[in-house]
Amino acid sequence: MGSGHGTELNLTLKVWRQKNTKASGSFETHQLTGISTDMSFLEMFDVLNEKLISEGKEAIAFDHDCREGICGMCSMYINGRPHGPKQGVTTCQLHMRSFKNGDTIVVEPWRSAAFPVIKDLAVDRGAFDRIIASGGYISVNTGNAKDANNILIPKPDADDAFAAAACIGCGACVAACKNGSAMLFVSAKVSQLALLPQGQVERKERVLKMVAAMDEEGFGNCTNTGACEAECPKGISLENIARMNRELTAASFK
Amino acid sequence: MSKGFLKSSIGKKVVMGLTGLFLISFLVVHCFINCLIFFNDGGLTFNIGADFMAHNWLIRAGEIVLFAGLILHIVQALILTLENKKARPVGYAKIDGAANSSWYSRSMGLLGTLLLMFLIIHLVHFWVKSRFTGLPGHDANGNENLYAVMQETFKMSWVVVLYALSMISLAYHLLHGFQSAFQTLGLNHKTYTPIIKKTGIAFAILVPFIFALMPILMFLGVIK
Repeated sequence: MGSGHGTELNLTLKVWRQKNTKASGSFETHQLTGISTDMSFLEMFDVLNEKLISEGKEAIAFDHDCREGICGMCSMYINGRPHGPKQGVTTCQLHMRSFKNGDTIVVEPWRSAAFPVIKDLAVDRGAFDRIIASGGYISVNTGNAKDANNILIPKPDADDAFAAAACIGCGACVAACKNGSAMLFVSAKVSQLALLPQGQVERKERVLKMVAAMDEEGFGNCTNTGACEAECPKGISLENIARMNRELTAASFK
Repeated sequence: MSKGFLKSSIGKKVVMGLTGLFLISFLVVHCFINCLIFFNDGGLTFNIGADFMAHNWLIRAGEIVLFAGLILHIVQALILTLENKKARPVGYAKIDGAANSSWYSRSMGLLGTLLLMFLIIHLVHFWVKSRFTGLPGHDANGNENLYAVMQETFKMSWVVVLYALSMISLAYHLLHGFQSAFQTLGLNHKTYTPIIKKTGIAFAILVPFIFALMPILMFLGVIK
């Protein structure tokens, strides 16, 4: 803890509560006192949940795993933005010092037809898994591991592929997009493999299958507002969407 | 072409982009011809251009393609909008859109609707008269006098205000639409994209400004 000067907050939290996928759900208001500014947003929820449990009430369901910004589980739409007011962070990397004493914080689940609410703030992102399963792979022969530099890859290609591979599949792009489009996610996955020699065999088939799977899941259509890129905790670039558009167009007119 | 392309989310967007760019190319032609009024010669030069556009068979055929492109752009926009609404059946209670995108990029449907309403009025003002109900005679050169219709129409202050406001809608629609079309077509490049974006901004400001200038200057009597 710090020196103790202004390090504790009193907050009003409006949280979405929903029993299950079929229930309608509504907001529940909680008054929080003495929240340390050193806490992460998820730790603040831990404190609230402990309080709820000690009062014999049901804890608020939310997804979380690594709590270091790499697993992409902590899906929370905070005060009108996925992962809250900071850029380039997940909810677990958001700290209470980003809020002011007396603030009202509204927390909602990702809103998308393709991400049904399981309970409270937890949503089912199985749609992303099914898109990956449709084409987000490469075929390699089994056997001994190959020497790392057997296939030489130009540095710019390696850099672009690596930047695309930074996508953690958190779904903030879908949550941020006014159309609920998953194009940033899918384009990152398509790009990552299309840029590398290992991804060439299934290149055309992959983009056709993954875009078809994306459309099948009921995600919306991209209108290039750029909200996804601005809210992506991993800084995935819109260039990937342009690349996917090129890939699909080329694969469709072969 | 694979069967699914035009039905896919990206295929539909490509149609939006291509028709959008086609409509932009029309704006260039329209703007150039209308600029002939700036000769301020009682519309003689302008009427030469207008008469040519009205009677050249290639332009007439182009007009059909233009309407087809416009209708495709509108229909596709409606389909995409309905699909997008379905993609988020339960909305957010609180949205901070300004934090991650521009208001006009999120309001293309609204801006487009305003433009469609303007376009209908605009067609009634000029196109319907020039094609169907007839123009008020010929000018000194013997060309059909579309210029006289402009003079008549832009005497009305509400028309001038409506045209000027509509050009603001057009500017914002183009501000997003111009560069967005290139992105949709996959034309994103480290060197050229910044140039496309700057060109788009210049185009989105310049063309509607020139268009708006015409009714305003005619109303004020600067162009006679």
